[in-house]
Amino acid sequence: MKSVRAAELRLSLPGLLLAALGFLALLAPFMTLAANRIVAGEGLTAWHLAGPDVTLPGLIAIVSGLILGLFAAWPKARLIGATLGLAGIVWLLSQSASPLLEGAGEYARVSPGLGFWCLLAVLMLVMADAITSLSPGPRTRIALLASMLGLLAIVLGTGLLSDLSIMQEYASRKDAFHAAALRHLTLAFGSLASATAIGIPLGILCYHGPRLRKIALPVLSFLQTIPSLAMFGIMIPLLGWVANSYPAAKAMGIAGVGFAPAFLALLLYSLLPVVANMVAGLQSTPEKARDAARGMGMTTWQLLMRVELPLGLPVILAGLRIALVQNIGLAVIAGLIGGGGFGTFVFQGLNQTATDLILLGALPTVALALTAAILMDVLVELTNPTPRKAS
Amino acid sequence: MKLAMIFRTALVALLLALVIKPIWFTWAFAPLAPEKGPIIYERASLLSLSLSHLGLVSLASVAATLVAVTLAILVTRPAGAAFLPLSRTITNMGQTFPPVAVLALAVPALGFGTGPTLVALFLYGLLPIFENAITGFSTLPPATMEAARGLGLSRWQRLIRVEIPLALPVILTGIRLSVVIALGTATIGSTVAARTLGEVIIAGLLTHNTAYVLQGGLIVGLFAVLIYDALVQLEAMLVNKYSA
Amino acid sequence: MIEIDKISKTYDGVTAVDEVSMVVDTATITVIVGTSGSGKTTLLRMINRLVEPSSGEVRINGEATHTVAKTSLRRRIGYAIQGHGLFPHYTVARNIGTVPTLLDWSQEKIDTRVDELLDLFSMQPDKFRDRYPAELSGGQQQRVGVARALASRPDLLLMDEPFGALDPIIRAHAQKDLRHIQRTLGSTIMLVTHDMEEAIQLGDRVAVMDAGRLVQYGTPAEIIQQPATEFVAKMAGGVERPLRLLSLYPVSDIIEEGTAEGEPLDANTCLRDALSICLWSGRDVLPVVNEGVPAGRVTLAAIRARAEGPT
Repeated sequence: MKSVRAAELRLSLPGLLLAALGFLALLAPFMTLAANRIVAGEGLTAWHLAGPDVTLPGLIAIVSGLILGLFAAWPKARLIGATLGLAGIVWLLSQSASPLLEGAGEYARVSPGLGFWCLLAVLMLVMADAITSLSPGPRTRIALLASMLGLLAIVLGTGLLSDLSIMQEYASRKDAFHAAALRHLTLAFGSLASATAIGIPLGILCYHGPRLRKIALPVLSFLQTIPSLAMFGIMIPLLGWVANSYPAAKAMGIAGVGFAPAFLALLLYSLLPVVANMVAGLQSTPEKARDAARGMGMTTWQLLMRVELPLGLPVILAGLRIALVQNIGLAVIAGLIGGGGFGTFVFQGLNQTATDLILLGALPTVALALTAAILMDVLVELTNPTPRKAS
Repeated sequence: MKLAMIFRTALVALLLALVIKPIWFTWAFAPLAPEKGPIIYERASLLSLSLSHLGLVSLASVAATLVAVTLAILVTRPAGAAFLPLSRTITNMGQTFPPVAVLALAVPALGFGTGPTLVALFLYGLLPIFENAITGFSTLPPATMEAARGLGLSRWQRLIRVEIPLALPVILTGIRLSVVIALGTATIGSTVAARTLGEVIIAGLLTHNTAYVLQGGLIVGLFAVLIYDALVQLEAMLVNKYSA
Repeated sequence: MIEIDKISKTYDGVTAVDEVSMVVDTATITVIVGTSGSGKTTLLRMINRLVEPSSGEVRINGEATHTVAKTSLRRRIGYAIQGHGLFPHYTVARNIGTVPTLLDWSQEKIDTRVDELLDLFSMQPDKFRDRYPAELSGGQQQRVGVARALASRPDLLLMDEPFGALDPIIRAHAQKDLRHIQRTLGSTIMLVTHDMEEAIQLGDRVAVMDAGRLVQYGTPAEIIQQPATEFVAKMAGGVERPLRLLSLYPVSDIIEEGTAEGEPLDANTCLRDALSICLWSGRDVLPVVNEGVPAGRVTLAAIRARAEGPT
């Protein structure tokens, strides 16, 4: 009995490292209070934020969360710890913002500080690590993601954080934010859809024609190599020329700057992962199975639809995942060439040295990319056509 | 193969000319420049921008390689095995962070200039190298490793003489991916006031001078494609050496 | 009846199969045996046109194969290969039902057929129907592969090293099963192997291929006793030939009147095993029983006489 207990109490080394980082982060300023949105603020550690009625519950939640994260044998405890810790930092953030603002001046701003961001990162890693050890099935993962997003929506929707500087930036440009979000999604998903529409037939052709494959794949990987800013830039004269030469194109809204060059650049970037994974997916059918299928009288089309595509689906979807996550990130660059999207805020923020505006663009992009990655990973797993080998 | 060599040489020559004697290309860019506007970027020498760009990328990549390979060696030893799942989680999640966002998020923490760019390049560059190095060290042929142990090589000797050489091609692939990303991110670095070739493109975008945009885009694009190609050749050479 | 008529295949001027002609009778097993590169697999794959012949033709029951669309030809011919080539994403039932589905059989008819075949291969339908190939042992996968090839009651079953990936014990068992199933169903089978032992055990007729040519085509006994070339003699086992020959005949062939001491033999035992027992137990005569009833005896001298080669 004793040895079992000892094993259960064994501490996780990564847990120790993360807890140590978490405690260090607690020493860093948790929030900053600035006189206005441009100047640098004054940092405040967690226990200086407000009275003990606010700081104590938050600190207790964070510390116990970090401690729960230590137990190697109890991933569930680590998961609960991470959730508790996250609740703690959100509590501190939401409860101390308005007392801090009181009497600090009309233009005063409070924002999360280094300590908050580090704790957020540490707790997210504790959570991710715990989830990895639990290795939940695809449905559980979806449920976990949905509940995280749901909680985030509740926290944001109920105005718990509305005193924070970044939320004030949001409030003052709500419409622009929604338009940017819509544009960002259109750019990322639209270009992916077009790349899929082109890439899937192209991938099938490449799979059947080694000659085309030898030309298409290197060309696409060189395209992928071109730095994004250069690619977006090169699209400008190219599409400008198209718009000037073909009035019909111009009438369709194609122009040198704005949406069209950004869309085209993203489309070109997405082609490599889509086509390369299409080819790899189709090639993943075992040679013997392909020979047997032909020997039993399947036509090339039947072989493709019944054997090669279903077997290659996870690899093909993995290609779409790479392209989608990449597109969500690269769509930020569209902000530089007037293409809209979250990048608009990022680059405006950089120009005005307004940190909150940068965050208003960067954070949703990161959240979107992470969500897309998790969803696509689940999709890849769900489409795996062969069951895990029974042991 | 010969044709490829000729093509490569031509591209290198074109790139050098674009960087060193941009004035030769006035005729080509003139139609794109605004009326009576400047055609060739002259606010800074393209050569010094190129050197600064490449210097930034090399510095970040060398540092990222050293750190990432060291970390990968540590987590693939028995003593570091506990950190392996967490490392994989960090690389998987980290790589979904858009490079531009990493750059933008470095600014609030570090301010403007070369510093945040370097840090963003370094941090983001770690991930592909780390991921590939872990793959390289954990997929060595078991028979070879068994033989190395059987021959009486010490742990250190196995690492230096067997593991690192065998994992090298995979690590190099990671370095290539990392360098390509770094070249691109460094270009965007000029939006946070780092001195890179992106400056030319940004200047073009701000003054609606497409000639600048194309000029900068071509130079950066050529650098990226040629460096990528050189690294691919290097990998191929190594792979050939081992499989021969 | 399958008629192969002067069929050849050349790849870039290299002849893989050189004017091979042979006739295969219905309801027999014909084994094509040869070393690697002898053209045996190419010959087999030309029958269902996975490889198009450069010249010559194949006729199945009088109908030339090149007059039929490739896919419908193949749906009439069963095809089983080494390592089975099962579809990893299909259950056992869907794998077996592949060709019937291509032929648009009704689902009910397919289900019945699948269960019938699983029974035939001694795999309980309830237990195995819904399993995936990865959940089966190597021997079970191989049986499903053969069942799949037989599903649409093909005129002809082509098998390319079907037992190549199995270990010796399972292999022997699978060979016995195939023989039994072929007798039960009266199928016509053409099987390729590199293993002369397998060819002699399984084949009603054996075709020996060397360097793209058919060097000998005959019964197993003919191949052993009258090898047409040095190459066939070597393939047939060299010094082991007498033992191989003995393995072809049962004890009942040379049974004689009389009695003998000791543990009796079954009349179906092959002469090779009978010889082994003689040598091991130090006896010159063994009693024989047929279905438990004493049937006479067999002598070492008689076994020896059957093992002698042509003089």
